[in-house]
Amino acid sequence: MLDDFLVRAALAAVGTALAASILGCFVVWRRMAYFGDATAHAAILGVALALALNVSVIAGVGFVALIVALLIHRLSDRQQGTDTILGVLAHGALALGLVAVALLPGARIDLEAYLFGDVLTVTRGDLAVIWAGVLVVLALLWWHWSALLLATLNPDLATASGVDPQRENLILTLMLAGVVAVAIKVVGALLITALLVIPAAAARRASNGPERMAAVAALIGVTAALGGIALSLQLDTPTGPSIVCVAVALFACASLGGRFIRSA
Amino acid sequence: MTLLSAENLRVSYGTTAILQDVSLSIAAGEIVTIVGPNGSGKSTLLRSLIGALRPDSGRILREAGLRIGYVPQKLSIDATLPLTARRFLDLPRRVSRAQAETALTRTGVAHVANRQMADLSGGQFQRVLLARAILNAPQLLILDEATQGLDQPGAAQFYRLIEDVRADLGCAVLMVSHELHVVMSASDRVICLNGHICCEGTPEVVSAAPAYRELFGTGTGGALALYRHDHDHHHHHHHHGTTD
Repeated sequence: MLDDFLVRAALAAVGTALAASILGCFVVWRRMAYFGDATAHAAILGVALALALNVSVIAGVGFVALIVALLIHRLSDRQQGTDTILGVLAHGALALGLVAVALLPGARIDLEAYLFGDVLTVTRGDLAVIWAGVLVVLALLWWHWSALLLATLNPDLATASGVDPQRENLILTLMLAGVVAVAIKVVGALLITALLVIPAAAARRASNGPERMAAVAALIGVTAALGGIALSLQLDTPTGPSIVCVAVALFACASLGGRFIRSA
Repeated sequence: MTLLSAENLRVSYGTTAILQDVSLSIAAGEIVTIVGPNGSGKSTLLRSLIGALRPDSGRILREAGLRIGYVPQKLSIDATLPLTARRFLDLPRRVSRAQAETALTRTGVAHVANRQMADLSGGQFQRVLLARAILNAPQLLILDEATQGLDQPGAAQFYRLIEDVRADLGCAVLMVSHELHVVMSASDRVICLNGHICCEGTPEVVSAAPAYRELFGTGTGGALALYRHDHDHHHHHHHHGTTD
């Protein structure tokens, strides 16, 4: 079954969408969309590093994403506005990555594949790494759900209840780096934030509780992944952007539907 | 019996010392109020006591296994996060339906259990926060300006509720406020803070103390007596706070 490239692509996209859309709820609740963006843009630097050192791209991307995410955490405590720090790091890392890739000797690499994803070329090995990452993220989310929620609501309230908000922030950062790493093959560095934010945003109207919002977001994310692959086969369009297009369409439906229900 | 005590706390942000040489202790069952002008370090002190801030020097001692219920100054729930009052009580640990109902009933907001937190009025919201804080039958309830945003009758009601809760649970209460008149009438002991402890004692002692009058002006002495007898009047008082 895994011999079929389409099956592999579908499994990779579904796994990534599942982890990204649930984690994306926290990105939305904490207003961290730009933080996700900065982390994702750093992925290109990770690609360059991985190619230079001849290690797995996913490992390189995960490593650099984590470093950049931790850097943002440290720097945003200081006197610069967080949005400024994010602007510096997001575009700095992207530009540095693009330059580093160009400087790599020899191998001509297909940059587009890393910017916009290339899920149809996912190998069995990639699939194993992607699902390992997805399962770790899902397990962390399951295990830390309430603590993460409380730390999201109010750090002091969390501290008083015996939950260390710093630790939860760190776990969130780790998960974000993990999702960026597994998503690079699927939607690419420039569209990862879409996979985080759009399903959660679309799920908001249909939700009266955090768990329900996560479940609806997951459903929307997986639907977008499968629908996007189908769309790209049908129209012969790039898969990553097609997935995001379907997600946006679902978001638009949810918004219009919500407005319709409200006015009815 | 002392539940919580602090010895010679010093807390600073950068080079500015917010708290210096602050020592206090809370005994079981008493209501202690910390008053002080804006910027006097009230919230900093509470945050140190709950462990959210690490003091530069000094010690904080807690009775072993002390159960603390905490009501923060302000809890802004992002509009993107759907959360009912009932679900809020489940953070971080799930509680039984009966426990949740008991707590919400005790604070008078059982009817809003299934409403979204974002849709609650200021008074209802604070009562839900209080309900969550008393779920684990705390020995010490800590409230940071819990009546911010409530009008004066609303605030007076809230403080009476706290007195009731104290009577029910037998817990000690440590609260911070700048609403001197309302708060002080409900306190066993008042600590007047302005970076350091200016004076402390019963409400009568503190309101007569020169250090207190220097901070808040003399007009509050009469207001205190007034409010001790009548909580429900609408008065517009101005604090003559001279900040440092």
